[in-house]
Amino acid sequence: MSSNGQMIALKGVDKWYGEHFHVLKDCSLTVDKGEVVVICGPSGSGKSTLIKCINALEPIAKGSITVDSVEVADPKTDLPKLRAKVGMVFQHFELFPHMTILENLCIGQQKVLGRSHDEAVQRAEKLLHRVGLAAHAKKYPGHLSGGQQQRVAIARALAMDPIAMLFDEPTSALDPEMINEVLDVMVSLAEEGMTMMVVTHEMGFARKVADRIVFMDGGEIVEIGKGDEFFTNPKSERARTFLSKILPH
Amino acid sequence: MQGWNWNGFFEYLTNYYLFQGALVTLGLTVFAMTAGLIIGFILAVMRMSPYRILSVPAYFYIWIMRGTPLLVQLIIIYTGLPQLGIKFTVVESTLIGLALCEAAYLAEIVRAGIAAVPKGQVNAARAIGMRESQILRYIVAPQAFRIIIPPLGNSVNGVLKTTSIASVISMNELLRRTQVLIQEKFLVLELFVVAAIYYLVMTTIWELIQSRIEKRFGRGYGQMTPDMH
Repeated sequence: MSSNGQMIALKGVDKWYGEHFHVLKDCSLTVDKGEVVVICGPSGSGKSTLIKCINALEPIAKGSITVDSVEVADPKTDLPKLRAKVGMVFQHFELFPHMTILENLCIGQQKVLGRSHDEAVQRAEKLLHRVGLAAHAKKYPGHLSGGQQQRVAIARALAMDPIAMLFDEPTSALDPEMINEVLDVMVSLAEEGMTMMVVTHEMGFARKVADRIVFMDGGEIVEIGKGDEFFTNPKSERARTFLSKILPH
Repeated sequence: MQGWNWNGFFEYLTNYYLFQGALVTLGLTVFAMTAGLIIGFILAVMRMSPYRILSVPAYFYIWIMRGTPLLVQLIIIYTGLPQLGIKFTVVESTLIGLALCEAAYLAEIVRAGIAAVPKGQVNAARAIGMRESQILRYIVAPQAFRIIIPPLGNSVNGVLKTTSIASVISMNELLRRTQVLIQEKFLVLELFVVAAIYYLVMTTIWELIQSRIEKRFGRGYGQMTPDMH
């Protein structure tokens, strides 16, 4: 891993919820430009918290996180400016329910990036076309299915032309028949070379596109493995136990 | 016993002086709601602030204004304050009293609305790089507003009736004008019934408006269309 190609770097990150719950324990990890890293592990292992620390939606207690060489935990860092460069997709979509799909894709472009209305609409329509929802631009999020909403959420993040994308369990709130339409969009993003960190239980997706798999348990990064290697030959006992529980027989 | 005077009743029902009084009542209501909402919004944001220097004064203000009757507040402003050299006219006292009192109630409604907007919405807005003031303006406030439309509508109904209290400091609104007219022919019951009808008509019209507003702002929420899937 060359350090100049490094996009995201975590060094010795610690975090507590309240005084007693040690949710992240000395986590270190680097993600290179264009790399796809999947984070998996049992629920409550700290995966979602870890990914939310990267764009400072959650503060950290100790350690360092840099994104594109900018220190996230530095109080002097302009967090909104940094967040605008990192796209994030949430488990529950979090589209803005009072805005149309088109407005959802435009608000950040106009209010944060300062693009003109026409520019923003043009970019939004292109992205909606890409995720196969061009016909739904004038609808409200409540009118779309879960899978459609999540594709809009991905398009909203992409509208900001991010240098990296974070996915926090993007398919776990979806009905099974809608999971693939979302994963397809993510696969095509990965193939285009987007830097991605994905918290997911979709091991088929991980196998297909992940350059590396990070396995977390109890707030620790237990193991980091190359894509296929992790599945066929996990090094740690905890990863083996986890995989035996989630992989089909 | 004097009995019920139909002629007098209908005469007062179409009395222009009373009609103007109803317009004054409407004006007071619009002013109290508008000013109350603006001050109430500021109070709500202050009260939710993590900084005690903001939240404590807001809490203190709301505590006082909600804990004392408007009637007492109006009398203090109009009759009491001149003792300290602070003089307001009847109209000024009424406007100040209504707005300041209503602001405290509306602050609590606005606060509940803001608190009801899911935290995930704020996170999503932060994630695309919006600043806190932008998030409040474009994401939280519109959604909070939709949530508080029903209680706000009830407040309008309440304020419309509460403005009658200002008659005590001789504010020339509907109830005060009713009382003035009673001195003419002493048709006490007829005139108070006319006043009640005026209030009822205004609150009923408001009810109709409110249900239209609720429909308008409900768009996009929970409506299913046949082509959903």
